[in-house]
Formats: sequence, structure tokens, C-alpha cells
Amino acid sequence: MTSQGSISTQAPAVVSSAPLLSVRDLAKTYGKGENRFDALRGVSFDIHAGESLAIVGKSGSGKSTLMHLLALMDEPTSGTIALDGDDTRMLRGHRLNAIRNKTFGFVFQQFFLTSSQSVLENVILPLKIAGVPRSERKRRATGALEQLGLADKAKNKATDLSGGEKQRAVIARALVNNPRIIFADEPTGNLDSRTGQVVEDILFTLNREHGITLIIVTHDEDLAAHCDRRIAIRDGLITTPEEAAA
Amino acid sequence: MKTLDLIGTAFANTLRAKTRSILTILAIFIGAFTLTLTSGLGTGINAYISDTVTGIGATGTMTVTKTSETQSRFDAAAGGPVKYDPDAISTGQVGPDRVATVTALTPADLTSLAGIDGVTDVHATKSVTLDYIRFDEGTRYVAAITTMIPGQTLQLADGSAPDNTSAEAELTIPVTYVEPLGFASDAEALGSTLTFVLTDAERTQQTVTATIVGVAEEGLASPAGTSLMTNNALTDELFQAQATGLPSDQADRFAQATIWFDANATDTQIDALKGRLADAGYTGTTVEDTLGAFTTVIDSIVLVLNAFAIIALLAASFGIVNTLYMSVQERTREIGLMKAMGMGSGRVFSLFSLEAIVLGFLGSTLGVLVAMATGSLVSSALANSLLSGLPGLTLIAFDPISIALIIGLVTAIGFVAGTLPAARAANADPVNSLRYE
Repeated sequence: MTSQGSISTQAPAVVSSAPLLSVRDLAKTYGKGENRFDALRGVSFDIHAGESLAIVGKSGSGKSTLMHLLALMDEPTSGTIALDGDDTRMLRGHRLNAIRNKTFGFVFQQFFLTSSQSVLENVILPLKIAGVPRSERKRRATGALEQLGLADKAKNKATDLSGGEKQRAVIARALVNNPRIIFADEPTGNLDSRTGQVVEDILFTLNREHGITLIIVTHDEDLAAHCDRRIAIRDGLITTPEEAAA
Repeated sequence: MKTLDLIGTAFANTLRAKTRSILTILAIFIGAFTLTLTSGLGTGINAYISDTVTGIGATGTMTVTKTSETQSRFDAAAGGPVKYDPDAISTGQVGPDRVATVTALTPADLTSLAGIDGVTDVHATKSVTLDYIRFDEGTRYVAAITTMIPGQTLQLADGSAPDNTSAEAELTIPVTYVEPLGFASDAEALGSTLTFVLTDAERTQQTVTATIVGVAEEGLASPAGTSLMTNNALTDELFQAQATGLPSDQADRFAQATIWFDANATDTQIDALKGRLADAGYTGTTVEDTLGAFTTVIDSIVLVLNAFAIIALLAASFGIVNTLYMSVQERTREIGLMKAMGMGSGRVFSLFSLEAIVLGFLGSTLGVLVAMATGSLVSSALANSLLSGLPGLTLIAFDPISIALIIGLVTAIGFVAGTLPAARAANADPVNSLRYE
């Protein structure tokens, strides 16, 4: 798949479909007065459905802030994010929560599994929040675990899993609600290279075979190189023109 | 998240930090336990009183005397002896130099009482002084009699209450009289004929016989008490025997009378009736007047005890606040994650509030159950030992409404205590919660 997005001030090239996410002049400022810190200082780009995008940058570059804004977990100081052409600033309350729940899946470096609960219960959480009936959510969560080869670990406590298993459980959780976009924040950061490779393969398979848009925040150049596109962030601005993946 | 899932999750979360939850529940338990026991004490004692109230007098009746005061034999105001009142009846010496006197009611008084607006019926209380009673040719015992008033209830050990409509002389005897009189059991006394002996105005002994129809329990405020409960027929017979030889103008003298009024009368109507009685020169006393002060004292003691229990609960509520704050602190990541996954702030608030409610509910339910078990054990143990002199008294009793109220109250306290931590959780920023640099 070839992406034809554009950077910053340039008008986006016309593509076959409207962009899934369209970011315009996005800025985020924390604090006031002397403590003022500009995490993002005007960022514009488009993400199309089915793409895999890497957001790379050093610690403190603003890449995590960008991901939080894209995932609608935070509100920008200025600029807009359009989801399917709709301005996300208009989203409030119930509709916003429904979009967070049904459109996004999250994979974190630190996993964020509830250690005292079973793997199955952890995977069920997004379905529980969505209000899916009990029997259906068990069926779907079991399906997601099977897909990731963790069916036999469903009853285990999350804390008893190995790092790679934990990350697979997290992916199962991200996947269980059939999201359109998976946000992965350093998905391989806490894993050894071999396990990291397995997790990476799983993510890209989902992207390829299920058309799930993948947005990976990382400073791992190898991982970023596997994505269709990459956006490099430095001091709150996009520094490199995007590159098409090999 | 569906409400049922919220409740389930709240329960599961409560069990997650077991030690902490158990300690918090224990604190609430102590408060609820104390509150249940103290209010049970109030319920028990007041139930006992209201049971016996119907014994002391029926509702819709009033005891009437001619207005008179406890007086000194020496009139302090006049600085000389008190003038003689030919109608005064001494009802006993209440102090070294004081006698309580009432002015006797005459048949003319009864007629004028019947004429007072609101009075539906008047009945003179005939007092009879017995020399002794005996069964068969057995031992002779002194005894006092009380006439059964319609509407009164007797706590009976066996048999039935004396029938006022019967022309036959009937009575009940207190359980304490059964054995001394020579009966093997309560049942054996029923149907036996008891002999009354009294002295008339001519100093000759008169004998009256009557049938025992029931055996009465001896209660704190039982109308029978230690006296024999008679029906009108027997009282009339005894009164007549006692008056033998008295000139007719002196025969009908009564210390007091009972008047009947509408049983559904309101307090204001009763007060108005008392006012009319006072205008006519009589004093009316209802059962509530007699017992009012008694229940007030018990209510205020129970109130003070309840206040202590509430203080314990307040202390426990801070335990809930503390526990939940720790829980919110510990689960910052989890809260952030749930919010990122689209759980609304309202639902997060509900979840933590529910956890507080679960703590309050578990603590109060356990406290109430253990208190009920303890209370029942303690009151049955006391009923057989220390309080055996008060048959019919359940010291600590529980009624479903106050039990439900206590559980509801403690759960509500839990909810209120949980609002602060729950609000903190609801306001948590998912970005901050999920940050790990």
C-alpha cells in the first residue's frame, strides 16, 4: 500500500478516500507564564485508513503528546483533529466515550494489565465498558486470545505471564472491540529482541490482514522502518519529510 | 458499562485488597453492631411498655378523680391545722407529715360526669378491702382485687379473662397465687371456687365465692400485678357485702371513676375533654399520661446510646475515605486505562461510590446480623436470670423496619464517605494516569 499523505503546510494530495484522521496546525501547551512548555507547536498531517504510521522522536520531543491528542485522550490548545472528516472538538460525553471505546485500541510499553485479574478478565474490560452482554463478551475475548495463541493462559493471573505473553494479552485487549485504529506506545520497548519481533509481526499482520490502522510511537528505528510511513518529531515540530516504507 | 457489571466490579474490587477492606469493614461492623444493639434495646423496652399499656388501661378511657391535692396535715399557708373535709378519703401516707387524699365521688358526681360533653360512659371504681382469700379449707392469704375494664388485655398463662358481661362471679389469679392456694398447676386452678372473706361496716365477716377462670402472668405494668382480676359481677357482690350495715347515703362513695370517650380522639380532643373535666372540678388521667414520662426517659437514654454508635460510625466513615483514597492512588493506571477505553467520568464515579457502598453494606449487614444473634442470646440469658422478675420482657428486640433503616443509614454513610475519593477518581486525567516517563 502506498501512502500519499503530506506534511505541514502543503495541501494534501488527493487520495481515493477521505483521510481517517486529519491533523491541522495542532499545538499543545502545558503550564502558564514561566512554566509554559510548548509540547507541540503546529503539526499537520493525514492518516489514511489501513496505513501503518510510525511517530518517532526522542524523549520529550512531543511524540507522546501527539499520540494522546490523536487518541482523543487530551484536548489540543489549538488546531484541529478530524476523524472521518468530523471535527473531534465537537465530540462530547457519551459520543466521545463511544468512539474511544469502539474506534481505538491501545498497546502500551508498560502493558497496564490489572495484575490481580485473570488474562480473560483483562481482555474483557473494553467489552465490559461497552456494555456487551456477558456471554458474548466472553466469547469474543476468548476468540481474541485464541487469535494471539493465549487461549490456554486465559485463566492465569496477568501477573504470571512472561513479557511477551503480557504484550500479546494487551494486543488481544486492544483488538477485542474490533477497533479501526490501534495506538501502540513503544510496543516492543520492554521486550527482548526475539519476543519484540513476534509482537511486531502480530501488529503488522493485523494491519495487513484486517486493515486496522496502526499508529506506533517509538524511538526504535528498525520498528519505524517497517511502517508504511514515518513522522519524526523534534521540539514539537515535524522535522523530516515522511518516507515511504520499503 | 452496565449497572449490573458496575456492581459486580465494585464487589470484585473490594475483595482485591482483602486485608484493607476487611479492616475497614470491621470498623463499620463495630458501629453498625453498636447501633443495632442500642436501638434494639429501645425497641425491646418500648415494645414491652406498649404491650403493658393496654394492660394498664384501654385506649379511650380516663381515670377521673375529684380535684384534690396531696396535703399536709398542717396548713402552712394558713399557719394552722387543715380543715376537715368529710368527703376526703385518705389514700395513703406519702410522707412523714403528708397524706394523699382524694375527695370521694358520689352517685351525683357520676351523673354529672356522664353529662360532660365527650364522655360516652362512666363507671365507678369500687374499692374493696379483703380480709383474706382461701381455696377449699387451705391456707388463708391476703389479696387485693382490681376490676377488669373493657378493652384491657391481660397476659394470661392459662384460661381466659374474667367476662364482664357474665352474671356469674369470675376472676383470674396471678401465677404466684397458684401454688400457695394449693393447686398443682395453672390448669388445675381453672374452674375452682375461691372463697373471699371481708369485714363489713358492722364488723361482721362476710363470705363471697367466685370461680377462677384464668391465671394471669405477672407483668411490670400488668393490670393484675399481684392482685386478683375480677369481673363486674364479683366486684359488685363484694362491694355490696362490704357495705352491709352502712347507711345508704354513705354506701356509694368511690375514690375514682373510669370514663370512656371516643377511642380515636386526637390529643387536642383529649386535652379539650380534660379541660371540660377540670372546669367541672374533676381531674382526668389517661394511660399515656401515666406512661408518657416513662417512655420519654427510655427514649432519651436510647438516643444517647445511639449517639455513641453514630460517633463510632463516623470514625468508621473516615476509614472508608482512607481506604478508597489508597485504592484510587493504587489504581491510577487502571482508572486512566478505563477512561482511555471510553469509560465516562460518571461511571468511574459510580464505580468508586459503589465500592464505598459495598464496604458500608457488608459492614452494616455483618454488624446487624451479629448484633441480632448477640442480642437474642443476651436477652434470653437475662430473661432467665437477672430479669426473670419481668416476664414477657425481651430486653433487646429487633423490628424489620429499624434493621433496614440501620443498614440503609450505614450504607448511605458509606456512599457519602466515598464521594470524595470517587470524585478524585472521576476527575483523573487519563494522560497523566498513563504517563510513565
